[in-house]
This record gives sequence, C-alpha cells and structure tokens, in this order.
Amino acid sequence: MRKTSLDSVYEMARHDPRVVFIGSDLGAGTLDTFKEEMPERFFMEGVTEQNIIGMAAGLAMEGFIPYVNTIATFITRRCFEQVAVDLCLHNLPVRLIGNGGGLVYAPLGPTHLAVEDIAIMRSLPNMTVVAPVDKEEMARFVPQTLDMPGPVYIRLAKGGDPIVSRAEAGFEIGKAIEMRAPGDILLIATGVMTNRALDAAAALEAVGGLDCGVLHMHTVKPLDETAVLDLAGKVRGIVTLEEHTLVGGLGSAVNDLLGDCLGRDAPPVLRLGIPDRFPDKYGTQDDLLGYYGLQPDTIANSVREFASRHLG
Amino acid sequence: MTSEAHIRLVGDDLDERSLALRRLVVRGLDGGKRGHLGSAFSLIEILRVLYDDILRFDAKQPRWADRDRCILSKGHGCLALYAILADKGFFPAEELDRFCRFDGMLGGHPERAKVPGVEASTGALGHGLSIGLGQALAMRLQKRDSRVVVLMGDGEINEGSVWEAAMSAGKHRLSNLVAMVDYNKLQSYDRTAVVQDLEPLTDKWRAFGFAVHEVDGHDVDQLRRVLSSLPFEGDKPSAIICHTVKGRGIAEAEGNPTWHHKSKISDDEVAAMYAELD
Repeated sequence: MRKTSLDSVYEMARHDPRVVFIGSDLGAGTLDTFKEEMPERFFMEGVTEQNIIGMAAGLAMEGFIPYVNTIATFITRRCFEQVAVDLCLHNLPVRLIGNGGGLVYAPLGPTHLAVEDIAIMRSLPNMTVVAPVDKEEMARFVPQTLDMPGPVYIRLAKGGDPIVSRAEAGFEIGKAIEMRAPGDILLIATGVMTNRALDAAAALEAVGGLDCGVLHMHTVKPLDETAVLDLAGKVRGIVTLEEHTLVGGLGSAVNDLLGDCLGRDAPPVLRLGIPDRFPDKYGTQDDLLGYYGLQPDTIANSVREFASRHLG
Repeated sequence: MTSEAHIRLVGDDLDERSLALRRLVVRGLDGGKRGHLGSAFSLIEILRVLYDDILRFDAKQPRWADRDRCILSKGHGCLALYAILADKGFFPAEELDRFCRFDGMLGGHPERAKVPGVEASTGALGHGLSIGLGQALAMRLQKRDSRVVVLMGDGEINEGSVWEAAMSAGKHRLSNLVAMVDYNKLQSYDRTAVVQDLEPLTDKWRAFGFAVHEVDGHDVDQLRRVLSSLPFEGDKPSAIICHTVKGRGIAEAEGNPTWHHKSKISDDEVAAMYAELD
C-alpha cells in the first residue's frame, strides 16, 4: 500500500511539475527513481517533522503540491500545531502520507502506534481524512488528490493486505462504498477493518444466518452522511469498526451524525475499536487486533451478541 | 559576517517617519484598546527600512508573483506590520481603528487570508522560518529572484522548530532567505538572559550555516546598509541579529516587561503616547 501510494506520487510528479515529495528520514532506497529523475523536487529533510510541515506549506503557497511522507504518528502528533496552523488554517494543498496507521508498528510499542491519528486529523477544519482498504484502492485514490484544494491525511496500512476492493465500484473521495448490501445489521468500517468486516459478515451469514451489510467508509472526513443516513433507515442496528481509539474516530463520527439527525429514531449502535488506554502488548498487528476483539471471529461474536440484544 | 552594531540605543531621537509609524501603531492600540505595544515598537525601523528601501512589492497586487516575501513570524508584533502595510497602501489606515474588533480585518495576530500583504498567518511561534524556507525553495524551483525575509522574536527562537528550519536552510544553501531576529532582550516574563539565554546568538546562526550580521535595529542608515548587501555570502542564507529596545519610543515602555502586552488601555494613556510621539 505504501509502495503503491509513493509510486502514484512519482507518476503524478512525472506529469505535473507542481508535485514535490518531502520525506523525513525514510528507509534507504525510498523513491530512488523519483530522486534520480527529478532531484530538484525530491526532499529528504531529516527528523524535522515540524519544519517539514511548514516547508510544505511555504511550497504550497507558491503553487506546488507537496506530498509529505513519514510514520503516521509523527506526521500527526509531533507536528500537530503545524498541521493545524500552517496547513489547515491556510487551507493549503499538502498531502500527508502516514505510514503504519493503527497498530501496524505493534512490536515497536505505543510510541510508534497511530491509534488516535484519525481523531486528531478530523478535528481540524479543512482537513480530509482517508484510509483505503488495499493497494488497488490506494492506486485509484491517490491520483484524485492532485487537484484537491485543501490538505489531505492519507492513512497507510501495513502492506500485503488482502485485495477486497473492486475496480467496478470505483472510488470517489467522500463517497462510501457499499461492499455488501445491508440486511438486519450494517457494519461500517474504515481502512483495513473493512476486510475484517467482510469476513465477519460472511461468517455471520454462514453460521446463524445473520444478514449484515458492509459499508466501506474510506473517507472518514468528510463523512458520507447521505450513505449513512440512507442505510440507517433500512437496518435494525449499526456496528462501526476501526483500528483506532474509540475516542473521536469513525464510530464517534457515525454516532454524532445519527444522534444529530435521527435522535431517538436512530438504530442502536455498537462501536468496536481500541479502548481509551495505551496499548500494553507487543507482538504483531494481528495479535493486537485480536487482543482488542477486532479480528473477524471476535467481531462476529460481538455482532451476534449485539443482534441478540436488539433484534430480539 | 561582521558586526556593524555599535549598540547605542535609548535616548537617540527618532525621526518624523519613525514617529509617524509609531503613531499608526498607537492608532491600532486605541482601536482595540489592547495590543503588544512593546513587541511592535522594537520592530518599526526594521520594517520601515525593509518596505521603504529593500523589498520589492506592489500594494495594489499583494500576491504579485515576483514580489519579495516578508513573513512576520513573531505575529504578536503585528501592529507594526499593519502600520507599515497601511502606510504603503495595502489597506486603508481606518482599518486600524477596528483592530481586534469582532468584525475587524486586523486581528491580534496577522492572517494571510484576511489582510492584504500578510504572507503567513502567524502567532503560534516558531512557524515562520519553515514557511519561508518552503517559499525560498519555491522561488529557486521557479527560477524567480524574489527574496524571502522572516522576522522573528528573541523569545520566539526558544522554539525548537526554528532550529529545525535553520538547519534545513543551511543545508539547502538558500541565499534568497533572510532570517532577522528582533533581539530586544525581553520576553514576556523577564529578560531573555534570565528566561532562556540565547547567547552566543551570532555563533548559533553561523553554526547552522548562515552568514550573520549584527545591527542596531533602530539605526535606519545601518539597517539600510546591511540589508542592501544581501546576500552576505553567495551560497548561504543570511541572518541579521537586530539589537533593539522593546517599547522603543515610549519612555515608560522601553525595556519594561509589563508593556509586552497591554489591555484596557485608557484614553488618557493613548493621549500621553501621542504626545510623546509628536
């Protein structure tokens, strides 16, 4: 997914002289071809995240379109004020590509996990927040960022994630994709949680015959309110899934919308995500997702229990 | 890389232009009944020389592509910037009467989207040099000969982000970038030497790859001479340490930390300031 996103940046840069790339201190060999062919538009600025964001803002003020890449938590937490003031207040076309969104860096511990990145990015006016489900969707998405007027945060997954997106479903920033038609329950997921949601939905249908739809909310901000509200009227319960803290992410966004627009008529909602405490285990991303009940089997169990409570 | 500063500050007479610009600052102060007076008054001669003699701009086309960029990174000194921009015709001086007011254009920190001539929205400290770095790189990529000047406060350069940007500017050998420090030796709480000592300041900038001059930041001739010799070295960014006096022009405010920011300014105080700047 990371390679796909950076390859897309390279392709855009080849055809558009406004595109520049700024990295912090990325792995050796990153975008070597870009550096060889367009050295004047390739920047590797060291471990200076605050400076990198300001520098990207200055370039964007003068007509360039900077794509900035480093580890997700360092591009969101470390330089939050620069993102808020330099990018969002000025509403500049800078794209932040965050490696290892969620629990990808599980073995490296809580300093490297980005489990509140969506919450803090979506709290900022003018920011767009997108978490694609796989590399093919990433390839459809990144070129669409080229001419967006404001800043965009792109959350990357681990890479090698199963391909579940389909070309025929297309991709439009801010428009959710219905990947499985809704039945009694609607699962709304973002990023790679969508592939877990699809597996959980298949398991729920196979064992016990519970009919669950899956809405892939690749864009968490702006939220596709129309899709959520339309489907909310057709189902008897909604379950949100995110590889992210339950504070302020997709589940919060969906709940806020339903509460604001439907009030007591909103279907019951179950939010699945990471509890409000720092992760205390290492292992792998899959280990931690299992620990938090975010793998297909545990998701299915939670949905079953939720359904039995609310569907009678 | 020499020091021209023979530091001779308090007590020298300000000429009529310097007094007039300070009166515009007081007009804003009166309009909002508040403002960072001390932080604005140390900047007046620096901005005056930049806009009178050095910078290329067109007040009728604030975003003219070939202009020089001047970022007031110490955004709290904005009354001085507003004064010179109004003086140059970027907007009517009447806007100063609505400083900080609900529907005013001029806020307590400058905003690019609102004020013609303001290059960056600042106020959160330590942002301007990175933005200026990006603009200077853009000028190089676009093969423009525009310069980028970033004005910083001495308290501001406590921020680590300033030194990240300085390191990067040195690496890129951006001779079109000028970092100016309004070194009035006084930050909000106390003297800089007490709160967070900056010395040896010239050595610091030099070590980060800048060619450095020190000047008396209230000496118009000296500022003109030094700024006219930019870039100081062909392949380096330039830094100018401007030795200034906070509150310069109002005896009670000079070097007085309680004048860093003033609110609830009375009509009598305003009248006294006008009298002193007459």
